[in-house]
Amino acid sequence: MTLHLSTLLAIIGMALATYATRVTGLFLMRHVNVKGRTKAAFDALPPAILMAVIAPTILATGIAETIAAAITAASAMLRLPMIVTVLIGMVSVVLLRMAM
Amino acid sequence: MSKSALEFRQGVIDIFPVIAAASVIGLLWGTLAASKGLSPLETGLMSASIFAGAAQFVAIELWQDPAPWFFLTMTVLIVNVRHVLMGASLSRHMGNIPSGWRAPLLFMMADENWAFSERRALTQPLTLAYYLGLSLPMVITWTVTSVVGALAGAWLNDPAAYGFDFAFSALFIGILAGFWKGPKTGAVLAASAVVAAIVKLTIPGAWYIVLGGLAGVLVAVLLHAEREEEAAEATP
Repeated sequence: MTLHLSTLLAIIGMALATYATRVTGLFLMRHVNVKGRTKAAFDALPPAILMAVIAPTILATGIAETIAAAITAASAMLRLPMIVTVLIGMVSVVLLRMAM
Repeated sequence: MSKSALEFRQGVIDIFPVIAAASVIGLLWGTLAASKGLSPLETGLMSASIFAGAAQFVAIELWQDPAPWFFLTMTVLIVNVRHVLMGASLSRHMGNIPSGWRAPLLFMMADENWAFSERRALTQPLTLAYYLGLSLPMVITWTVTSVVGALAGAWLNDPAAYGFDFAFSALFIGILAGFWKGPKTGAVLAASAVVAAIVKLTIPGAWYIVLGGLAGVLVAVLLHAEREEEAAEATP
């Protein structure tokens, strides 16, 4: 079990930076009144961010990933249980990669 | 069972598929960390104190010995800038949670439990018990599987062969379906996806998350304004 000083510093720095990003929004919102256009922006935020995180994987990796994402989306829209949707996605991507 | 216990249990049930996927990702991250020379102790400390998958993957990719701590801190800050907006959005739904709890609770806010909290808030008030039910299993699983991965070394040497590398994308698609409210959502998602993919291909680092998210939000704001104007025109 080793713990290097530079590693410890890096971990502390990254942890503080991450927590700062997590808690800043809470204090920002004390001074913001959310309605109308601002509310529309906040309502769109969850899907927009989730999409942005996965977009490079599903759009810019390969055909197999893009088709597997479409199959997964179809399963999700059919309201299948989440775990089934995830498994369908994983199986699709493996099969498609073999086929291509 | 008390109402709190029921809420907690519902949180655990909702987050279970995420836990299954996150275990694999945690193992994978732990093996990568070990391959860069981090000890199991350092790996566990990092997962427990940072608790941010995307940021940790980027950090390990950039890892050197000795650790370039300032560079790593700045990089992680950029990857996690999205948390500012997520926390701002989530704090709107924390009215039922005692105010002294809110800041500590945000320590555990990750993409997945945040998304489930937002989804919950669409239909009912977000409670402390539900949030803890979502979050505690995630923090524990992420930390434990990271350490196990670091101890086990390279047994998971080709996660792509089993589709594990696609598990998170599939999970996010599943979560996204819960936010679908019609063509407007489609426009938001399309803008976010296209901008994020283009930025990823052209700008190094993690800016694609911030810029893609903002593109989606911008489209939502524009569509909202247009609808208001239409309503105003329709009124004689």
